[in-house]
Amino acid sequence: MSEQLRSFFGCGLDDDRTFDLNDYGDSIPRWCVGCGDHGVLSAVKRMMRDQRLLPERTVFVSGIGCSSRFPHYLDTYGFHGIHGRALPIATGVKLSRPDLDVFVVTGDGDCCSIGAGHWLHATRYNIDMTVLLLDNAIYGLTKNQTSPTTPEGFETNTQPHGTYLPALNPLSTALGVTNASFVAQTADWVPAHLLATLKAAYEHVGFSFVRILQRCPKFSAPVFSEQARTPDLHELLFHSDGITVPSLDKIYKHRLEHDPSDLDRARSLAEDTERTRLGIFFKDATRPCYNAIRHLPTYTAAQNIERLNRELDRYAV
Amino acid sequence: MSPSSAATVTRIATDSGPGSAPKNVLHLDEHTLEIVSDSGEGAQKCGQIFASVSAKMNYGVWTVEIIPAEIEPPARTAAGASGNLIRFGRDKVTNWGDETNLVVAFNEQVLLARHRLDALSDDCIILIESKWAEDPDAEIRQEWQDAMEEISDRNYRVIPVPMEEQCLTRVDNPRKGKNMFALGLLAQIYGYDVEKISEQIRAQFAKKPPEVSKANVDLLELGVHWAQENLDLRIEVPRIETDEKRVVMNGNQAAALGAIASGMEFCAMYPITPATSVSQYLCDVFERYGGTMHQAEDEIAAAGAAIGASYAGKVALTVTSGPGLALKTEFIALAVMTEIPLVVLDVQRGGPSTGLPTKVEQSDLLAALFSQPGDAPRVVMAPATIEECFHSMVTARRIAKSFRCVVIVLTDANLASGQQQFQRPVLDERWHAAPANHRAVTSGERPYDWDPDTGLSRRIVPGQPGGMHTVTGLNHDHDSNVDYTPEINQLGCAMRSRKLAVLQQTMSPPPIHGDESGELLVVGWGSTKGAIEEAVDRVRAEGHAVSSTHLTFLSPMQPGLGEIFSRFEHVMTVELNYSDDPAAPYITPENRRLGQLAFLLRAQTLVDVDCWTRVPGQPLRPGHIADALRRKLSAASETEVRVNE
Ligand SMILES: Cc1ncc(C[n+]2csc(CCOP(=O)(O)OP(=O)(O)O)c2C)c(N)n1
Ligand code: SF4
Ligand SMILES: [Mg+2]
Repeated sequence: MSEQLRSFFGCGLDDDRTFDLNDYGDSIPRWCVGCGDHGVLSAVKRMMRDQRLLPERTVFVSGIGCSSRFPHYLDTYGFHGIHGRALPIATGVKLSRPDLDVFVVTGDGDCCSIGAGHWLHATRYNIDMTVLLLDNAIYGLTKNQTSPTTPEGFETNTQPHGTYLPALNPLSTALGVTNASFVAQTADWVPAHLLATLKAAYEHVGFSFVRILQRCPKFSAPVFSEQARTPDLHELLFHSDGITVPSLDKIYKHRLEHDPSDLDRARSLAEDTERTRLGIFFKDATRPCYNAIRHLPTYTAAQNIERLNRELDRYAV
Repeated sequence: MSPSSAATVTRIATDSGPGSAPKNVLHLDEHTLEIVSDSGEGAQKCGQIFASVSAKMNYGVWTVEIIPAEIEPPARTAAGASGNLIRFGRDKVTNWGDETNLVVAFNEQVLLARHRLDALSDDCIILIESKWAEDPDAEIRQEWQDAMEEISDRNYRVIPVPMEEQCLTRVDNPRKGKNMFALGLLAQIYGYDVEKISEQIRAQFAKKPPEVSKANVDLLELGVHWAQENLDLRIEVPRIETDEKRVVMNGNQAAALGAIASGMEFCAMYPITPATSVSQYLCDVFERYGGTMHQAEDEIAAAGAAIGASYAGKVALTVTSGPGLALKTEFIALAVMTEIPLVVLDVQRGGPSTGLPTKVEQSDLLAALFSQPGDAPRVVMAPATIEECFHSMVTARRIAKSFRCVVIVLTDANLASGQQQFQRPVLDERWHAAPANHRAVTSGERPYDWDPDTGLSRRIVPGQPGGMHTVTGLNHDHDSNVDYTPEINQLGCAMRSRKLAVLQQTMSPPPIHGDESGELLVVGWGSTKGAIEEAVDRVRAEGHAVSSTHLTFLSPMQPGLGEIFSRFEHVMTVELNYSDDPAAPYITPENRRLGQLAFLLRAQTLVDVDCWTRVPGQPLRPGHIADALRRKLSAASETEVRVNE
């Protein structure tokens, strides 16, 4: 939640506690060695520390998958739900408790397959929350089945002769949804970029959708291994209103200035997958947020009873 | 035209000579009337107003909507019959009775629909729009004649009324006003206070310009006047004055108001007949009470959002009907597993699949109890009256909250749209949950601090410092840590199940209608209560030792059932769901599929519970139930004779 909203809801601001990384959790995750999820977890904790998020007012909601184990490794509130359905749960949390900072962690199967309907609608609701799509291009937890983002031809246990269809593009999908307000991409192997992206996503008021390219050395290693080793296969999107990570300039030669308010260009950049582009594709803080539109005053039980009695009068015999 | 039908019509037409004062007034304790039209001609509105006024006059009232299956069915077809049935009387009315005594029909095809359903009494009085008999279209004239022929085997008293012709003297489009003219006819026949009805009309059209009310009241008065001049027909039903404060509404309104009264703060839904009107009502008014109504993208998301809201500290509701309940199953299991309070209102309709979307059935009972993966104990309750639709929402919320559990409330299409008056609820602040308290969690307090005896524990919700934990649908220990060990899985299952036993111990046995022991006990649940009790009363009046009992809670079941059953020689359920006819080919006692409650009761009590169930897509008739009870009694005595021999 932005400082502005915090002051609106009167929470957190008077709280000058600072936290260290361990305050957000110090348990050892059960992901495979080399799994990209580890790096995402570290970056998330760092971002929370930097932004001074209050652990008791932060909720991580997830579905089912390796990636969805995420909340268990944090000392915030967490809701490890069911496969594909993190977004509806998060919707209910944020609608009823606007004072909470809500994050969703989801996988490519969780978000883009079984939960795809919710993904589309949550994007349109534009509820203020940060959504991390940990995209390893495979079903990890269930061990190596094709997901919607598995590259065409890639052999998996369910499509052993090679994945039949071209992969779904989560960025252009998100950018195609009416009322999308924040779409970004980053990768687990570029920690500085990951952190900067998480910060920007958190600060954005609205539905901040971040696709994080995530290595799964266990099942989809070939999908990202060359990329992760080769900075030249990337292109960093930078802009004064987007993210700039000067420390990366030396290694990442390909850089492109992109104004995140330009939706048409965002769409064409997302569509063109020649290069792996990292950065904010689109951002528009003026899009209507469903949670703000639906925000309601609260009344006491006595007030409600008085009102309800008046309503009952309409039915009085 | 056949001689007989010609005779019927002409004889009755002369019956009502112009201006003749009513020769004889019928005095009856109750009467059942209905008004049927093509969809869109306003018969439902007419019926609703008549019912509201009847209730306000202190008559006992029960209404049933006659709903066409399509939005815009073709005009003048049996399938398009739309309207309202009202049974009213001096005493409390608890069901729609056996048959209709008076019909106002806007054309002969909708009348035929009712005739073919055997909905009309043999001496039914029929007031029917007369214009079709002389329609310029020969085909329509033929249809009219065929219809009169078809109904001529009954002793109906058919009274043609020039409704449209009369209305045209006041308005340009009689299709829009006939219903008020018809209301005028009814007002005169039953001797209702025209001013009371006008008041009700004005209230109905309060949001429209005053001309609208006026035009409608004009037509009402026209109907009254025409009836005074032309109808030799007066029916008088006595009424008892009472000081009791009462309200009149339908079951969906009652459930919506009950949800508000219970202090519920969040409701997520996806539109589905016949639950939609609960949601629409809440969409209109819930915000005034600080309640959020969320129309989700589907039923799954609606359940998810409700669970999310409840997890965050509110007690939330999701409203649906059978197919929606099916979609919510995985989420319901999650709520059970994480012990997040959730109320699910299922306004049952006919199934399976899309089934009979607008019609009544009680077929979701087993789905409500069992349609989750794994063992997912939850509370299931079923209001039997419209009053109970209100109060069960209050009870459901309290149970959900204090037992950290899922409560499924099963109403049905009959309760949903039927109107009845009941004692005005006295609202109570104690019905509401205490306001959320984000106190710090003390050390040692755990998210699942199951009391080892009761399984009960106190919730920790986001915002409470020191209480951070992750709830999960995976098996978990007291700290909500994922745990796959056999002991913890056994414990978690036991704790979630134990809560139902604890709840059950707070309940009383269901009351018995009739004697405490006897030959036959009838067991029912949900909206069939009134019809069952009326049937039992009739059979008891014939000297049979029959009683009935009605279950409000289906999970856990109220205590004492086995003991109650043991006091009767036979036990049978009467339900609005499917069971195999024992006499049908291939059906044996071994393979016979039983009514859903019968199935449960046998498992619960080890008593050989029989059942009589039907799926007519309409409420059960007390007369049909009484016949079934008589058959059961005589079959039982036959077997006894055989055994004695
Ligand atoms: C309703 C349902 N269907 C299927 C599953 C099995 N399942 C669990 S996780 C998963 C896919 C996980 O893939 P992804 O979302 O990409 O997450 P990852 O493990 O790769 O992080 C599947 C199919 C389930 N848990 N629930
Ligand atoms: S299977 Fe893949 S995604 Fe899952 S923990 Fe292992 S490396 Fe990570
Ligand atoms: Mg995956």
